Amino acid sequence: MKEIIYRFVAGGLIVTLFAVVGDVLKPKSFAGLFGAAPSVALATLSLAILSNGKLYAALEARSMIAGAVAFLFYASVCVGLMQKGRLHAALATVLGLGLWLFCAIGVWLAVLR
Amino acid sequence: MRIKADLSAIRKTKWYEYVVRFVLGGAITVVTGLIAEHFGPVFGGLFLAFPVIFPASATLVEKHEREKKLRAGISQTIRGRQAAALDARGAALGTVGLASFAFIVWKLLPRLDGPLTLFTALTTWVTLSVLIWRLRKTR
Repeated sequence: MKEIIYRFVAGGLIVTLFAVVGDVLKPKSFAGLFGAAPSVALATLSLAILSNGKLYAALEARSMIAGAVAFLFYASVCVGLMQKGRLHAALATVLGLGLWLFCAIGVWLAVLR
Repeated sequence: MRIKADLSAIRKTKWYEYVVRFVLGGAITVVTGLIAEHFGPVFGGLFLAFPVIFPASATLVEKHEREKKLRAGISQTIRGRQAAALDARGAALGTVGLASFAFIVWKLLPRLDGPLTLFTALTTWVTLSVLIWRLRKTR
């Protein structure tokens, strides 16, 4: 239970910090880079190094590359849904999450498993 | 176009919008840890690149832009959606940096100290993201 609380607080703080930096920066296309900041990764990998060791964390990082590729597809589809599909940001970004999961698991099955 | 910091943006964001991000960030970090524990680090690692904050950020960008236009007396506008799409474009560019962050950690962590590896990966992420953004702007 203690570890879950540590994870929650560390993840929450790092994600919020990156989000605040993204809010403050201009222009918007540059601030958008922070939407793909490695905030969850920083929190998770730091804790993984401490509790499971460096090799465990390195394996997680290798799979993260597949997650990042899926993120690229996801963000590109979101741009299309908002610009051409005229969907609002909330709907486009939440609907697109299914695509992220599909792509990430696809790459995992094809390359990493 | 120059990169600027507008600190007044912090005041425009409501306290509960920070709470939402904190809770989302905390929750996905816990879930990622549980997935890795249950299914192993190879599957769990996928979720280190889960777009946790992007949906909330894009929604806020759209909302703030719409509110700005409303204050100016313009009720029907697509500017909010355009601003959110621009934010998403930036996030798409940022994924190259995200993948490079992961690559650096994967390759260096078995050999180097943990904090040094994470620092190197983070520096690479920032440098590469800024470079790609600048290249894209000048083309």
